Amino acid sequence: MAVVFEKTSMLTEKPFHYCPGCTHGIIHRLVAEAIQELGMGDKAIGVAPVGCSVFAYDYFNCDMYEAAHGRAPAVATGCKRVHPDKLVFTYQGDGDLASIGTAEIVHAAARGEKITAIFVNNAIYGMTSGQMAPTTLPGQITTTSPYGRDPDLCGNPIRISEMLATLDGPAYIARVSVHGVKYVRQAKNAIRRAFEMQIGGMGFSMVEVLSACPTYWGLSPVKALDWVEEKMLPSYPLGVKKEAFPEWNLKS
Amino acid sequence: MAEKMLMKGNEAIAEAAVQAGCRFFFGYPITPQNQIPEYMSKRLHDIQGACFLQAESEIAAINMVYGAAGAGARVMTSSSGPGISLKQEGISYLAGAELPCVIVNISRGGPGLGSIQPSQSDYYQSTRGGGHGDYRTPVLAPSSVQEAAELTQLAFDMADRYRNPVMLLGDGLIGQMMEPVLMPDYRLPADLPQKDWAAVGKPAGGSAPRAVINSLYLDSALLEKHVNGIYEKYAVIQRDEVRYQAEWTEDADYILVAYGAAARIARSAIRRARAMGIHAGLLRPITLWPFPADALRELAARAKAFLSVEMSMGQMIDDVRLALDGLKPVFLCGRAGGMVPSVQEVTDAIVKLKEGV
Repeated sequence: MAVVFEKTSMLTEKPFHYCPGCTHGIIHRLVAEAIQELGMGDKAIGVAPVGCSVFAYDYFNCDMYEAAHGRAPAVATGCKRVHPDKLVFTYQGDGDLASIGTAEIVHAAARGEKITAIFVNNAIYGMTSGQMAPTTLPGQITTTSPYGRDPDLCGNPIRISEMLATLDGPAYIARVSVHGVKYVRQAKNAIRRAFEMQIGGMGFSMVEVLSACPTYWGLSPVKALDWVEEKMLPSYPLGVKKEAFPEWNLKS
Repeated sequence: MAEKMLMKGNEAIAEAAVQAGCRFFFGYPITPQNQIPEYMSKRLHDIQGACFLQAESEIAAINMVYGAAGAGARVMTSSSGPGISLKQEGISYLAGAELPCVIVNISRGGPGLGSIQPSQSDYYQSTRGGGHGDYRTPVLAPSSVQEAAELTQLAFDMADRYRNPVMLLGDGLIGQMMEPVLMPDYRLPADLPQKDWAAVGKPAGGSAPRAVINSLYLDSALLEKHVNGIYEKYAVIQRDEVRYQAEWTEDADYILVAYGAAARIARSAIRRARAMGIHAGLLRPITLWPFPADALRELAARAKAFLSVEMSMGQMIDDVRLALDGLKPVFLCGRAGGMVPSVQEVTDAIVKLKEGV
C-alpha cells in the first residue's frame, strides 16, 4: 500500500504535553516537515525559550537549546555566528517574543540576523495558566484582566509582524494561521519560504502563527478555532508583511 | 619572539583572549572597560570565522555568549558592575547548562549607577554567584597588567575544563593603567575535555546523540542530581584551583589580606611598616573563589591579627573571617565609592593594629 502521509523524522517519538485542541502540535509538525523537505535535518539547530513550548527540545529531533525567557534571538545569534552554515531557528510564544523579549527580536531583525523566528501568537500566557499577554485582544478576559483587557489601563495589543516589517534587516515576514486546512497549507508554505531565506543568506525571517488556546480561552477546541477566525483575524490580518526578494528562490 | 609591550590592562586582556583562541566576543559599552570591546572589534575583524558583535544590551550580550558557548566556541564578554548585574540571569543559565565562557568585570563604584572610578564593591556579586540558584563561578583577580593577561588565558582553560563560566574581576585601575606586558606564549592544554556536548547541527547518519543545551529539570529529584553533579566539579575546583601569593609572611605578626589594585597599595604600606619595625605580611588571593582559606588558617598560627584591605565596605572580610573561624581578630581597612586608599592610610591602619592588639 502506498504511503500518502507519515510522521516526519524531524519529530521525536515523545508524546506532546500540549493541551487537547492546542495548535502547537500542528505548528511543530509544519516546522519539522519544512526542515526535512529542505534537506536540512542534519544542519538544524533550534532554540526554544520559556513558555508552553519550553520542552520543544524533547520534540524537535535536532540539536536544541532551551533559553532564558525572551532571549532566544540572542542565543540563536550567538549560535549562528559560530555556525553560519547551519539552519538556526527560534520557536517563541507571544509573551516571550512580544513582551519580555521585544529588544532581542527587534535587534535580531534589524541586524538582518540570518536566523528564522517561529512566533506562536495565541493572545495569552498559557504556561503560567492564562494571564494577559501583550497580544491579548481588547476586552479579552484573562486571569490578570478579569474584567476584560482595558486599553486605557494596560495598553493595546502589539502587531509584531507589521512592526518588524518596517525594518531594513528582515528578508521575509508573514503572519499565518492554522485554524483550518487551507490555513495550515499556507502556514507550511510560509515556514518553508522563511527557512529558504535563511539558507540563501538573504536576512532575518519570521513567521507569526496564530494559535488556539482552548484551555485558557475557556472554549472547546472547535469553538477555539472559530474564535481565531472571528476575533483574531480582524486584529491580526494574515499575509506576507515583507518580502524583500520576491523574485528569489532557492534554485536561483 | 615575543616582545614586551606597553599595554593598558583592558587591551592586554583582549589580546590575551585572542591568543587563547577566543574568536567570539559579544558586549555592550560601559566605562571603564570600553577598550576591551574596542580592541576586539578591530582584532577579530581580520580573523577568518571570528565575530565581534555589539549587542543591544548586556542581557542580549550574555545570551549571545550562551549561544556561542553552546555551539562549542571559546567566547568572552566584558562589562562593569551595572552591566554585570544585568548579565546575572544569563550567568545562572550558563552555570546551569554547564557552558564554558569568560566574563570580565572591570568594576566601578556602586551601588546603582555609582561612579566610574575603580572599586572592589562587586566582590559579593562575583564570589557568591550574583544570579539565582545553587552555583558558583571561579573568580580570578589580577593585580597587574601582566597578570591580567595570564589570568585571562587561565580563565579560558578553567572554563573549558570545568564547563562553567569563569569570571575575571579587575577594577578600573587594572583596566586603565599601562604597564609593560610580555604576552604569554599560550598553549592549549592537551588534557582539556572534548566538546562533544555542543550544538553543532547533528551530522547525517552520525551515531552521536543530538545535543540539548538546557538547565531545566522540572523533576526535583533530577534537578538535585544535576546540582550535585555541578557541586562535585566545584569540590575539584576548590581542591585544585586555589591560587594566592604570600609575601613577607614567614615572620609576620600582622597579615594584610588584599587582592587586585588594593594588594599593590597594601604591599607599599607593608614596606613602610617594616621600615618602622613592624612585621607585617601580605596574603594576596588570586582566586577569590575558591578562596585561599587554608593558607590563611596556617598563617594564624603565628600572626596576631589580620587586616582586610579593600576598596569596598568590608566584603572580602567575610571570607577572611570564615577562613579563620575566630582564631584571630580581623579588622577592616576599606574605602568605598571609587576612593582608592593611600599608602599612608593603610600604613596607619597597620600601626593601629599593633597598638590595638
